[in-house]
Amino acid sequence: MLRETELRTFVDGTINYFETSVQQAATVGSPYLVTDGKPGAYEYTGVICISGARRGIVYFTAPRGMLTVLLMRMQETDSSDANIKDLVGEVANTISGNARRDFGKNFLISIPTVIAHEPEQVPAAHVRAYVIPINWRSHSAKLVVCLE
Amino acid sequence: MENGAPNIMKLMIVDDSNIIRRRIERSQQIARLQVVGAASNGREAVDLFRRTRPDVVTMDLTMPEMDGIECVGELVALNPNVLILVVSALADKATAVEAIEKGANGFLCKPFSDRQLNEALEELLSEA
Repeated sequence: MLRETELRTFVDGTINYFETSVQQAATVGSPYLVTDGKPGAYEYTGVICISGARRGIVYFTAPRGMLTVLLMRMQETDSSDANIKDLVGEVANTISGNARRDFGKNFLISIPTVIAHEPEQVPAAHVRAYVIPINWRSHSAKLVVCLE
Repeated sequence: MENGAPNIMKLMIVDDSNIIRRRIERSQQIARLQVVGAASNGREAVDLFRRTRPDVVTMDLTMPEMDGIECVGELVALNPNVLILVVSALADKATAVEAIEKGANGFLCKPFSDRQLNEALEELLSEA
């Protein structure tokens, strides 16, 4: 079960990612709870498995258009599928890794697993999933946090 | 410095993300740093280090094969004078302390801006 202050860690991490990486703020909507195990996914998803002091998954999911523009804002000229997958994994890894500032060293994060073009393959949440809606420029994405 | 020309120092970039490796290479603006190679995990990094003998390394921590903390220890064993800047998303203080205790010289938290990267590298080089 995620406490409100813990959810705030992920909201702040998401805001910080956009502000720092691409110097262009994202708007984060009100987080909401999904209890049917299907928080939904876009075309590309970076999944981080959490173990240690907490167990569960955190994933960042976004459409190709958003990820392509993010790459462009980073001055990256190669927007191949490989680099898009790399980016979506890196965003998930960065936000999850930053959460250790509040959760501590025993909040263990895996290297990212990337699911592309098959959003139905994104693992269903076994516990209640909190969805943090992200709007950046004209694009929408989600950070999904499922922690026991 | 000799005749006003900077002493070139060799830089190796270690990160499992291709876009981060490319970003560090593209964004670092320090004239005396010359990128000699990039590795995507700790094991590759040790091999590349033996071949290229870099003076400066940027090191990710969460990587497959061999993680960054273990790799820092291996590189310092090969050259105790190497300057290592850890560049990682792991933002807890204990991890930064562990990296420094293994022999790293600085810690830059991801995400980073170009300015933050260059400031961290400048600070690292001031120790040389």
